[in-house]
Amino acid sequence: MIAFGLPSLGADMDKGTLLEWRVRPGDAVKKGDVIAIVDTTKAAIDVECWHDGTVEELLVEPGAEIPVGTVMAVLREPGETSEQVRAQIDALRAAPARVAAPSAIPPERPAAPAAVAAGRVPVSPAARKRAAELGLAVDSIAATGPGGAVTLADVEAAAARAAPVSRGEAMRQTIAAAMARSKREIPHYYLAEDIPLALATAYLAERNAGRSVTERLLLAPLLVQAVARAVQRYPEFNGFFRDGAFVPGPGVHCGVAIALRGGGLVAPALHNVPSRDIATLNRALLDLVQRARAGSLKASEVADPTITVTSLGEQGVRSVFPIIYPPQVAIVGFGRVIERPWIVDGAIRPAPVVTASLGADHRVSDGHRGALLLAAVRDLLQRPDELAKATP
Amino acid sequence: MTTTTYREALRAAHREALQRDPRVFIMGEDVGQYGGSYAVTKGFFDEFGPDRIRDTPLSELAFVGTGIGAALGGQRPIVEIMTVNFSLLALDQIVNTGATVRHMSGGQFSVPVVIRMATGAGRQLAAQHSHSLEVWYAHVPGLRVLAPATLEDARGMLWPALEDPDPVVIFEHAQLYNLEGELADPPPAVDIEHAVVRRAGRDLTIVTYGGSLPRVAEAAGTLAGQGVEAEVIDLRVLRPLDWGTITASVRRTRRVLVVDEGWRTCSLAAEIIAGVVERAFYDLDAPPARVCSEEVPMPYPKHLEDAALPMPPKIVAAALTLLGRSA
Repeated sequence: MIAFGLPSLGADMDKGTLLEWRVRPGDAVKKGDVIAIVDTTKAAIDVECWHDGTVEELLVEPGAEIPVGTVMAVLREPGETSEQVRAQIDALRAAPARVAAPSAIPPERPAAPAAVAAGRVPVSPAARKRAAELGLAVDSIAATGPGGAVTLADVEAAAARAAPVSRGEAMRQTIAAAMARSKREIPHYYLAEDIPLALATAYLAERNAGRSVTERLLLAPLLVQAVARAVQRYPEFNGFFRDGAFVPGPGVHCGVAIALRGGGLVAPALHNVPSRDIATLNRALLDLVQRARAGSLKASEVADPTITVTSLGEQGVRSVFPIIYPPQVAIVGFGRVIERPWIVDGAIRPAPVVTASLGADHRVSDGHRGALLLAAVRDLLQRPDELAKATP
Repeated sequence: MTTTTYREALRAAHREALQRDPRVFIMGEDVGQYGGSYAVTKGFFDEFGPDRIRDTPLSELAFVGTGIGAALGGQRPIVEIMTVNFSLLALDQIVNTGATVRHMSGGQFSVPVVIRMATGAGRQLAAQHSHSLEVWYAHVPGLRVLAPATLEDARGMLWPALEDPDPVVIFEHAQLYNLEGELADPPPAVDIEHAVVRRAGRDLTIVTYGGSLPRVAEAAGTLAGQGVEAEVIDLRVLRPLDWGTITASVRRTRRVLVVDEGWRTCSLAAEIIAGVVERAFYDLDAPPARVCSEEVPMPYPKHLEDAALPMPPKIVAAALTLLGRSA
């Protein structure tokens, strides 16, 4: 039996709302198929299945808000029979906390506690402490504990109900939480390097000559590729800081910061960047931007980035001081490409130059290695034809 | 693994001690020719002889005092008292002498005596043979107090107790002697320092010891059937208490229930709850609770004796109440 649980689509996600099932009982699914659309505070996300199997039963109704990990559907593994799976589904059902009711049905308010002194609601010490952390007033929280006391679970439930409703507001809070955590927990250090792009822009001009607008290669995938291949050499910038230690990324999946039209931003992943050729990467990036703005990202894209690349060049600023998206450990920013006086072979010439900046986690890496990383990005961008090729 | 009983495990532990250390001898009422009130020393009189298996007159004060004197003189006596109720006659020797000599001699003398006794109800032996007075001893600095509740502990606690340079009191619950089970061969070494989590759970911590452990285990099984996962802690050592194990568990489950066959007022349960509140107040999600014996002299009739004791249905009901669920 495969119990399909709601995946976490980011470090800051602890619940989601099921919008739509894309499969029905009896459907065969393959690894990578989209089986549901789940709304998070950031966007509606296509959730993929990571196993081959046959859908036996869908356990969650559209509209239900469920915590991460909740079993949403049960699939039969190849060779399994329906009967073998039924008993296990019944067992899942018997664990009520794992299968949430649709949020459209308001939670039942328990009767007022009987044995409470006037004006004072009993609150457990743990609940009082948690409510103070969340800034919730304990006397407004529905109580389910012994003697009508407010328990820790009641506080958590109240906090979940108090969550904001509008997408924009929710995204603002999500960004606020992630960035506040980043600035609170991560000792950033910053480095910057001016990188001449004469060779890169010449390469692009040559490749794009005679191509239609939609076929043209952009500078952005070249920049992303330079970062991706540089972190292959300096892997301590690619991964996560979890439970007090650095965990290397399982591959190089570059998150690309994308500003949304309604405000806010997302940074979904381009997967396995180093091995891809520039044309493929270009298409993938355009597709990613389009889908991010349409609100149809895949779960893996939201959850997987191992390092982020942000480019504020379009806004016309020269350099970025980027903030790391936890639990990642580094972010590389690019400013606007500007024609600047540049010395080549002893003579001053106009050259397109971009300022690359690195924000990195000092718990994981030191400035010396950061400098080597940025230098590698610079050097890689001087060999655009190599950068453009796929590597095995 | 061999199938054995709590009684046989104790017997094996005593035989081993007698064989390993010539300073070890056993004394008490009927431990010799009769073989012990609970048959722990059966056969030892013939095997080890009257010098090492010594029947004593019916005077707890005299023979416990003699044991303490022998320990002061360099022997390693094991003194058996028939029940904890009778041990009260020897309290003067245990509390005023055994527990104090190290302190009052400025560390010059130690009293490496082991005092064993049966405790607890459940065998219709009425109000003079059935009480659980462990807390009287757990109150006293200078003593180490043990409550083996498993075959491993029955087999393993005696030797480290004999190695302790200070007096050790061991409580054997009368209902455990016939407990049957598997024991590894050779038996595992055990410590006399720590409490042990006998069952892991997330919803509440049930702290217990001695004869209540099987009842708590039964209750935990019933609770599991209702979706409640109780963590069960066997104290094993009643003095000094292992606060690390207790508080770590309560911090995780946030709820604590103490099951103690002693009377409620001024009980070990009271001490454990006070200690938990001192150490983990802000982690608690419900008021600590306890199930103890009813505050009556232990009744003789079976149904009243059962009603007075912390039996599994009471434990289940208290646990559910702690979780805000009706029993």
